[in-house]
Amino acid sequence: MKTRNFIVICIWAIVGFIAFTGFNTIEINPTKGYTIGDSATDFKLKNVDGKMVSLADYKDAKGFIVIFTCNTCPYAVASEARLNALDKEFKGKGYPVIAINPNNPAVQPDDTFELMQAKAKEARFTFPYLFDGSNTIYAKYGAAKTPHVYLLQKEGGKSIVKYIGAIDDNVRDGGSVKDRFLANAVNELLAGKEVTVKETKAIGCSVKQ
Amino acid sequence: MKTHLFLLLLVFCLSCGDKKPEAISENSNLENTLINNIPIYDFEELSLWLNKNNDTTYVVNFWATWCKPCIKELPAFEKLNSDYAPQKVKVLLVSLDFPDKLEGQVIPFIEKQNIKSDVVLLDDADANSWIPKVSPEWSGAIPATLIYKKGDRKFYERTFTFAELETELKTIL
Repeated sequence: MKTRNFIVICIWAIVGFIAFTGFNTIEINPTKGYTIGDSATDFKLKNVDGKMVSLADYKDAKGFIVIFTCNTCPYAVASEARLNALDKEFKGKGYPVIAINPNNPAVQPDDTFELMQAKAKEARFTFPYLFDGSNTIYAKYGAAKTPHVYLLQKEGGKSIVKYIGAIDDNVRDGGSVKDRFLANAVNELLAGKEVTVKETKAIGCSVKQ
Repeated sequence: MKTHLFLLLLVFCLSCGDKKPEAISENSNLENTLINNIPIYDFEELSLWLNKNNDTTYVVNFWATWCKPCIKELPAFEKLNSDYAPQKVKVLLVSLDFPDKLEGQVIPFIEKQNIKSDVVLLDDADANSWIPKVSPEWSGAIPATLIYKKGDRKFYERTFTFAELETELKTIL
């Protein structure tokens, strides 16, 4: 009986392996939003302090860490401390964090401007946390979920998309991170190198519109 | 003698048909932590459920108790699971709740909502490595659903009503 079970498991493992290997070779390029190398749009959005913020305000920046995030998504909440850490690490080097909440508060009542203000205060955000009141910026970028990162680099007056995806390889637990995708990408840009891992995936809460 | 042989064959066939999937679930359950019949899988273990090669149509929904649109569409998946059971359709609900929420949040939710579909909890932190294996089209946002029968598979990063789900199911069934 045990031997048979073992054989059955082995067969399934082989079937699974073959199916997966075949599956992986299919490449589908999502057409929505920006891809690597695109020029990202600037915006003028209201920050939690009431002031309007644009990329153009940052005359000395070399680029931007634009993160679509929100107040209550567990994956966004789990990333809060890491956002402050990234801002601390890279603002001085020319890559400030700029967070944008893409959710429509009419659909997601946890994401009103007032609750964003409360969140920024409670989590002691060191970076702007912007309200996408027009509900258009997230769509132009192609942000599908929170958190969703776009690393931009200034090139000839444009903001070029250099990296899209996750902050690192462990959203749940910052202490167990093995690969800091975003930080690695910024460090490569700072070293004048090409970003090696340009796109990554992570689980997140769908943008509520 | 002929009757005996026929019966023997019949029993043999039935036992084969029945035992195969049972052997899988028994074993994977044994190797995993099992709380209230909700196994905790890593992606390697879950992948067995994403690549079954039999005449059942599998509807695999990725959800979480904190995901409002996911919760909203669960009744449609439940109805699909019961209405289409005679046509060999099986719904598997893959919870992406954090594992420490299993006892306090996931199990109470399953019990309160009286969920009948199979539920597993996927505990595999390195999502970047497994999301593309579910589908290269998947951004990682939930809800997300995979419908497949053997090699015929479709992936959806969207929400469903029952009617919409039924329409998509029929394209594969």
